[in-house]
Amino acid sequence: MIDINAYGEYKTSWCPGCGNHDVLKALKQALAELDLAPHQVAHVSGIGQAAKAPHYITLNGFNGLHGRGLPPAQAVKLVNPALTVIAESGDGCNYGEGGNHFLAAIRRNVDMTLLAHDNQIYGLTKGQASPTTFEGHVTKSQPDGVTNAPFNPIAVAVAMRANFVARAFSGNVPHLVKMIQAAINHPGFAMVDIFSPCISFNKVNTFGWYKQRCYELGDDYDPTNWDAAMEKAYEFGDRIPMGVIWKTDRKPLNERLPMCAKGALGKQPVDKAVLEGIMQAYI
Amino acid sequence: MSIHSRHIVIGGAAGQGLVTVGQLLCKSMIRAGYEVLVTQDYMSRVRGGHNTYNIRVGVEPLTGPTDACDILVALNQETVELHRNSLSSKGLLVLDEELDALGLPALKVPFATLAPKAIFQNVAALGVLCSALGIAKEIPSKLVHDSFGKKGDAVVQQNMQVLDDAYAWGLANGLECEKLPQPKNLTPRMFLNGNEAIALGALAAGVKFCSFYPMTPATSVAQNLITHGRKMGVIVEQVEDEIAALNMGLGASYAGAPTLVPTSGGGFALMTEAVSLAGVMEQPVVIVLAQRPGPATGLPTRTEQADLNLVLYAGHGEFPRAIFAPGTIEECFLLTHKAFDITEKYQTPAFVLTDQELADRHMGVVPFDLSRLPAVAQPDLGDGAAEQYRRYALTRDGLSPRRIPGYGSSIVLADCHEHTEDGHITEDMGMRVAMNDKRFIKAEGMVDEVVPPKRFGAAHPKRLLVCWGSTEGAAREAADMLNAKGESVGVLSFSQVWPLNPGQFMADLEAAEEVICVEGNKTAQFARLLRQETGFAMHGTVLRYDGRPFTPDYILGKLAG
Repeated sequence: MIDINAYGEYKTSWCPGCGNHDVLKALKQALAELDLAPHQVAHVSGIGQAAKAPHYITLNGFNGLHGRGLPPAQAVKLVNPALTVIAESGDGCNYGEGGNHFLAAIRRNVDMTLLAHDNQIYGLTKGQASPTTFEGHVTKSQPDGVTNAPFNPIAVAVAMRANFVARAFSGNVPHLVKMIQAAINHPGFAMVDIFSPCISFNKVNTFGWYKQRCYELGDDYDPTNWDAAMEKAYEFGDRIPMGVIWKTDRKPLNERLPMCAKGALGKQPVDKAVLEGIMQAYI
Repeated sequence: MSIHSRHIVIGGAAGQGLVTVGQLLCKSMIRAGYEVLVTQDYMSRVRGGHNTYNIRVGVEPLTGPTDACDILVALNQETVELHRNSLSSKGLLVLDEELDALGLPALKVPFATLAPKAIFQNVAALGVLCSALGIAKEIPSKLVHDSFGKKGDAVVQQNMQVLDDAYAWGLANGLECEKLPQPKNLTPRMFLNGNEAIALGALAAGVKFCSFYPMTPATSVAQNLITHGRKMGVIVEQVEDEIAALNMGLGASYAGAPTLVPTSGGGFALMTEAVSLAGVMEQPVVIVLAQRPGPATGLPTRTEQADLNLVLYAGHGEFPRAIFAPGTIEECFLLTHKAFDITEKYQTPAFVLTDQELADRHMGVVPFDLSRLPAVAQPDLGDGAAEQYRRYALTRDGLSPRRIPGYGSSIVLADCHEHTEDGHITEDMGMRVAMNDKRFIKAEGMVDEVVPPKRFGAAHPKRLLVCWGSTEGAAREAADMLNAKGESVGVLSFSQVWPLNPGQFMADLEAAEEVICVEGNKTAQFARLLRQETGFAMHGTVLRYDGRPFTPDYILGKLAG
């Protein structure tokens, strides 16, 4: 096990009481227990409060553009399959601005983990509706209440048979650690949608609101049963299930591509003899 | 009128195999020792798609396309009707005996007899044309062997029989076609287009990753990398959109793969935020932009040089960049190779700006001498003092050693914000200025490495034609034609359009009595750029923005008018 201090301690710009502090703590613990040293991990993010995470933990990091965390994360894994790749961003980044990349990442199925902080609000820009905000939720920007139906990331991921789909809550760190570890260990695209309450801008979906509703799925739940998973994906009311909702084992892209078998692509020399042969074929 | 070449136009509907006939004929002519230059014209909006494959052939080196037509090969009636007026006075129409020659001098070929099945019509056409042009039969015979060998002996035998019959028919029918002069160039040459040369240049430079979304006329850059990717260890990923293409490319670059992202103007417009990311993140990437006319969807299969400003200014904020604009197929190779060196060395985006004409222009090109290519800059593969490693360390030349995550124990933090030396977000004014200055110190080094413009035509010209990119060939030939009439015309051709290094060319501009900018857009973008950077106002422009490539005749017409 790695000493948790190896991941550093940084001053954050998150509000005191923000769920993100607990997600960060859980990520460090998960990595330490998996024996992943900082240089073995690539931590990729977009923009948003959650997406600042690479600045608050000592790992290789790529803090990219809003909505665009997933494309570089997938490329990092393809180019250097030895790295453990974790993308971390919020619901606006992954499901709004980057929605097309989210769908494509599920289809592409590169071996990586997505940690999607879901607080059902925009925190960085101070309180506008996010893709997961409930219909009717009143915000400064939606004074008559949100009129869009909320995006259901779990249902979409299960519907598309993503390799691993889980849900967790920052208020239950031991369970969150287990989910992060299971996602990292599961081959292919693995996502954990993490409720991480915004204490400043979401007065509806508060820590207490989630605490009251979230329950852990028991051992009797079979996450390989797709019909049951779809049902759980829509259980979002008085009770909300936590745990591995769905998993399958479609072969990851990085295991399908022969180019990935030789290790880091950047270390492969240019085979000039092969290139000479290629040029001859144009004659 | 053109000099020292003959022109074969093959026309027909999409799917009739005109490209196959054209390629077989061109390869035969190159192997016979001729110089060949092909321009492809996709008239995709005319009645279900009428395309032409325009071959220029001669014994002297060719530089660009022309408008002439000496032999018209019509694969359908529409071709005869559309091109009847462009056939030269000594021209010949070659067509199937079932088609109507509309009174033109014609060679009516019994394709149904020569080719037992429609699939053999391409080889039948090859046989007839080679005999008509006086190319020894051994040359197309060997080519058929080489081209169909993989499909088995039976296929080769059938095609050889068709070729023999077609060639014999051509000889027996006493063609009234002017034979080509004796060829001169017996060096083995590749039959290569601009996009293929770009792909080869990237492979020679060590490209390992290409992410793309298909868009004409850039798609075949990625397609060529797919073809060779397995052998050369290159991952080519077709992605969900152009936004993903460049963001993914930057992730690949971060993880240590030399990366190429090809697109055209509309796709590039979607990438501009990530161009800015590459700038602040100091992430190497080569972007190929094959231009086509806009705005928006414009003329999707035609050519133009109107995205210079787009590439020059794409991306919010300020950061350095390099823009190469190859003028020839060879430069497509060499400058793509150089772009990989510059982007890695200066850790900022490098562009290869071409257009449909150059992307699809085919020529005979001597295989590139890989042993003579300069070394391409590499990232810092060391891991010394890993705990002190800072991705954006401030240095005298602005260049921070770029380590690759996972190669050692150094932690590499790449960031999109203004950042500290170790890659963390900062809002410190002093650090902001230091980092912005650092990025522009790099630009000074880039100016020193600018590819100087090339000079052609008269040594001390009275009239100087300034051009950039693919326009070079037509401008050179126009100058040659004027000089042959006793005028004094030179060409100054830029194959790097940013940054500019005025010390390389100001004396040329000032020495000429008249300086004319020849470029493929409406607003003379390069002429304006040059004025902005140097204060030099050119005396006139020759512009083209009808979607067609520049030809010498077009330039002469505009200069005269």
